[in-house]
Amino acid sequence: MDYMKYIRRKNFPLIWCPGCGHGIVMKAILRAIDRIGLQKDEICMVSGIGCSSRLPGYVDFNTLHTTHGRAIAFATGVKMANPNLHVIVITGDGDATAIGGNHYIHGARRNIDLTVILFNNNIYGMTGGQVSPTTPIGARASTAPFGNPENSFNISGLAEAAGASFVARGTVYDAVQLDKYIEKAILKKGFSVVEALTPCPTAYGRRNKLGNGVTMMKELKERSVSINKAKNLSEEELKDMIVTGVLVDRELPEYTQNYNMLIERVRETKS
Amino acid sequence: MVSVERNKNIKVITGNEACAEGALVAGLRFFAGYPITPSSEIAEILSMELPKVGGKFIQMEDEISSMGAIIGASLAGLKSMTATSGPGFSLKQENIGYASMAEVPCVVVNVMRGGPSTGLPTLPSQSDVMQARWGSHGDHPMIALVPNGVRETFDLTIRAFNLSERFRTPVILLLDEIIAHVNEKVELPDPAEIEIWNRLRPVDPPESYLPYKFTESDVPPMASFGEGYRFHVTGLVHNETGFPTNKQPEITKFLTRLNRKIERYTDEIIQTYCDYDEDAEIGVFAYGSTSRSARRAVQLAREKGIRIKFLRPTVIWPFPQKQVEDLARSVRKIIVPEMNLGQMAHEVEWAARGNSDIIRLNRIDGEPINPLEILNLITEMVS
Ligand SMILES: Cc1ncc(C[n+]2csc(CCOP(=O)(O)OP(=O)(O)O)c2C)c(N)n1
Ligand code: SF4
Repeated sequence: MDYMKYIRRKNFPLIWCPGCGHGIVMKAILRAIDRIGLQKDEICMVSGIGCSSRLPGYVDFNTLHTTHGRAIAFATGVKMANPNLHVIVITGDGDATAIGGNHYIHGARRNIDLTVILFNNNIYGMTGGQVSPTTPIGARASTAPFGNPENSFNISGLAEAAGASFVARGTVYDAVQLDKYIEKAILKKGFSVVEALTPCPTAYGRRNKLGNGVTMMKELKERSVSINKAKNLSEEELKDMIVTGVLVDRELPEYTQNYNMLIERVRETKS
Repeated sequence: MVSVERNKNIKVITGNEACAEGALVAGLRFFAGYPITPSSEIAEILSMELPKVGGKFIQMEDEISSMGAIIGASLAGLKSMTATSGPGFSLKQENIGYASMAEVPCVVVNVMRGGPSTGLPTLPSQSDVMQARWGSHGDHPMIALVPNGVRETFDLTIRAFNLSERFRTPVILLLDEIIAHVNEKVELPDPAEIEIWNRLRPVDPPESYLPYKFTESDVPPMASFGEGYRFHVTGLVHNETGFPTNKQPEITKFLTRLNRKIERYTDEIIQTYCDYDEDAEIGVFAYGSTSRSARRAVQLAREKGIRIKFLRPTVIWPFPQKQVEDLARSVRKIIVPEMNLGQMAHEVEWAARGNSDIIRLNRIDGEPINPLEILNLITEMVS
């Protein structure tokens, strides 16, 4: 497919480091959009702040780069104002689940029709490798020089518990699967999350001696296990593993539709 | 809302009701907010009224997201507003700066209550006037309006929308607990006679559209998301294209325009009411609900034969510097009563440039300033 159709070439070079996985997720998103056949004008891409959140600047849609953690809040306004737009949220693990955790939870609870692509690199990339809510316990970060003493989040599980209608997890190693999840997520009416595991060799890999982008991707592959296989594994066997696949796909009332029905009801009784 | 006469639009309503009604007349179609005393009635009314006109209301999870949501909705083409009070106003500040930087029209109502912190939730204050100007970080322009009663709340809510649309900027409407909750009989104008301004739309085709174009007016035309323009919006410093820039000349050029776009229209934005006696030696500068007490004190002083000059702004940001300087040149002393520790008095002092003494009269105990307190000060000063 022709990626350049969607790219704002004049904004190159990208800010991403060599070996960063964010570009692979970007391509997966574009493949999904292309396969669905969405028009560029129908898409509004909204991001927070972080390396991942710089993505919207590079793609030729209606694009909104907001404040740290608030992408889902801004996106909620865009979607309510114009429900015809396909609103895709681009966010990092820090952006969505630390500073923006509350909006992530409540977006899922409302089940508002947003597609959230969550770039999980287990670290704050942009600000130089501080711990994030998904940094594994014991891992080193610039603010955890003796190893992270905190427990980490299962952020897909969080979306499920909060009421999202679709949740999937994939890795940039398996980019072909990733674009399928993204395609499904965009097509799903409701709050959909695709957690994309992506390496940050610069801010996470180096400090934890995980090698370059390629070795980190291989490691993602080795640790991946599909949801089907995972069903037969014990909790102990699943420790440190990445369960991939469509984790949640369910029908729940969607917020903008509900609100439009409310408007119709109110206007009928009024007239 | 109680209608007292059939044909005329006469009602007995509170300031919060007038605000909600004014917003609807101005064309509000999206409201996001989070409950907080003494502003909650605005949200409650709009949750009822907006769907009736096909508009949308959402109670968000906090004030930060409320501010974010109204910016998003405005970018998608709807006139948007949020309403809050002190603690919530603090939470909104980062995104108010975003709206300023990204030039997104929206209205932020702050019903002032006593602070700091949770402070005095049910009691009035005027202690957010400085936060309204400088609450968000960085050099940004700001427009803030302060009505002194229910009818003026209606008018200034509409004006807040008009100014925000015209200048592509957030506008802050500062009410206080007294105005928000007092019932007053008002005659509202026929909506057909009210002037409504809408944002300037692009005439350029999408291929050549520049969302932050330098134009003669300094206010770039604004497209909505989803109309075929596909532009980029960011809180990073950007050039005409909307994309981030680190080039020094572009940075200076953009930030200069951003601030100039309000500064150069200061004379049009500012509105003051003055009531000046010839040869007066004493001036009174008051705003918001306090100006009602001040007005009464001035009347009583005049009954005692004291000559006085009374100046009341309905716009405090940009600050009516010239008007205050003129006043200061013509009197010896200016009394500034306010329900805070002298936030505006500071600004008045600066604008007076040493031409007259500034006498502060402050209350911070949640009680309105009584006309007699001001009168006593005036009589003391004459004797
Ligand atoms: C209010 C606020 N606090 C802090 C920052 C600084 N900051 C910028 S990006 C970032 C973390 C981004 O990490 P993540 O969301 O995981 O994205 P990544 O860079 O790893 O893709 C932080 C803390 C900010 N921009 N705004
Ligand atoms: S710091 Fe990490 S996340 Fe950011 S661009 Fe570099 S590799 Fe990617």
